[in-house]
Amino acid sequence: MSLDIRSWGVREIFNFLLITILALVPVYSWMSGNTFIITLVTRALVYAIAAMSLNLIMGYGGLVSFGHAMFLGIGGYAAGIMAFHGNTNGLLQFPLAFFVAGLFAMIIGALSLRTRGVYFIMITLAFAQMVYFAGVGLEAYGADDGMTLSRRSRLGPIDLADRNQLYLFCLAVLLFTVWMMGRIVNSRFGMVLRGAKSNETRMLALGFPVFRYRLAAFTMAGAWCGIAGALMANQAAFVSPAMMHWVQSGDLIVIVVMGGINSLFGPVYGALAFIIVEHQLSVWLKDTWQLVFGPMIVLLALFARNGLDDLFKLMGGRKDGRDG
Amino acid sequence: MADALLETKSLFKRFGGLVATDNLTIAIRPGEIHALIGPNGAGKSTAVAQLSGQLAPTAGHILFEGRDITRMRMPTRARLGIARSFQITSVLKDFTTLDNVALSVQAHQGHSFRFWKNARKDPTLRDPASLLLNELGLGPRADVITAELSHGEQRQLEIAMALAGDPRVLLLDEPMAGMGPEESTQMVTFLKNLKGSRAMLLVEHDMDAVFALADRITVLVYGRAIATGTPEEIRANAEVRDAYLGADDMVA
Ligand SMILES: Nc1ncnc2c1ncn2[C@@H]1O[C@H](COP(=O)(O)OP(=O)(O)O)[C@@H](O)[C@H]1O
Ligand SMILES: [Mg+2]
Repeated sequence: MSLDIRSWGVREIFNFLLITILALVPVYSWMSGNTFIITLVTRALVYAIAAMSLNLIMGYGGLVSFGHAMFLGIGGYAAGIMAFHGNTNGLLQFPLAFFVAGLFAMIIGALSLRTRGVYFIMITLAFAQMVYFAGVGLEAYGADDGMTLSRRSRLGPIDLADRNQLYLFCLAVLLFTVWMMGRIVNSRFGMVLRGAKSNETRMLALGFPVFRYRLAAFTMAGAWCGIAGALMANQAAFVSPAMMHWVQSGDLIVIVVMGGINSLFGPVYGALAFIIVEHQLSVWLKDTWQLVFGPMIVLLALFARNGLDDLFKLMGGRKDGRDG
Repeated sequence: MADALLETKSLFKRFGGLVATDNLTIAIRPGEIHALIGPNGAGKSTAVAQLSGQLAPTAGHILFEGRDITRMRMPTRARLGIARSFQITSVLKDFTTLDNVALSVQAHQGHSFRFWKNARKDPTLRDPASLLLNELGLGPRADVITAELSHGEQRQLEIAMALAGDPRVLLLDEPMAGMGPEESTQMVTFLKNLKGSRAMLLVEHDMDAVFALADRITVLVYGRAIATGTPEEIRANAEVRDAYLGADDMVA
């Protein structure tokens, strides 16, 4: 998003409005006394960060990973296990979540990225299931019930036990993620990643060892999702294997697709829409909400393949679909 | 030996029972345009694929400047200076013409583990790419998404991408395929201007173009080289005439 307002299209105006609204949520919550909304939107922010990390490999790299939620779980457990042992220093928890998730991503990526298409989807799913069952097997940390964090993280002066601080911290991480991803996808590295999505053979013939770049992207995406996992652990004050269930991985894919693949802010819209619709349906329809939500997602996948991107285009947004 | 830039020694490629490359020994000398001709299915593209590293040969060797590169992978060969174009146009369809060439320039500027600076605003990538596009007459189309280029323009872009890395040897697989007569003439002129500055293996069906450009010609039939020589020698070769040039559709 350029800072020159004159160059803004519909998309930029919406992004600006979105950031403004997100920044005002704590104010609204404080004035109205509605604390639930801040919890709900915090959850959406965390999902948005996770989805943005997936978008790097899926949207820009063309690599549909069906196991991305495993890095949410790994990051969450990294923070949770440290808290369990009495260390709630976020300045250690978050880097640990980042590095452990990144390490897993590097190993799993090195094995998965030799496959293509449906095989890649299946093998990432298989690895995620392995990690999921490993989580179920963590008897000391609650096995399949998971465990409650006795204390949320502190990062220097910031205390994530405070609802508003947690929210603002998540929002700051989200904005940083948007900015960082914007740099990455437009850098030389990003061009290689996107070029390989467009035409792998051509990129190889030009002289790019595509595998290496994809592995780096997969590792970065995993590591960053680890951060989202540590945030999620703080948001719920709870970690469990459910964080990395395959349905969760599927949800992340849906969020990316809903927001519009190939757009930086897309996952933010996608996550907000997803969390809010999911919540409202569960309020209105009680136990049967999934019967409605599932088909909605399918319809969306069938008819709005570029998600909200299509909407922006209809409204006169820029046509190129490049970055923004 | 030493005078060959890129050569194959007794190269074989089998696809099941089919021998697509049959004991092929061919040498591309520095600065020469070496044409590889032969009927459809003779194994020309298969030879290019093995030279570029896209396909691994079943047996035999490939040498670049005397060094064995048979097992070297395609990106490494490209960075060494072996560039190719594809018979079936292969460009990055969602990118602009300039992006395509700039990526080719980028491939030859060291690794791309550079995460911060905007590549589309990097003059060390954009300037050489623009220059090359202007030379090829594609300058006005620089900012067009390549999917929207005409077929002929996409073929030109193929050449631009192959040239952008300033390669030692160019492997061109039917660069004029599907081009109109005007575009073909333009391409022949362009390749003629390149002649001498770098070695080329030219696979081409258009015999006018081949005889106008080539220093030497190798004739491939069923994967086998039946003759190698100057255009005059090839024209005079009875075996070639019987096997190939005799066919009406191939005579220039
Ligand atoms: N990947 C492949 N698998 C099986 N057969 C192939 C493959 N590629 C090429 N061939 C066969 O090898 C022969 C040579 O093909 P090719 O090199 O494309 O010929 P040319 O470029 O001279 O027209 C043809 O008979 C073709 O069908
Ligand atoms: Mg061919």
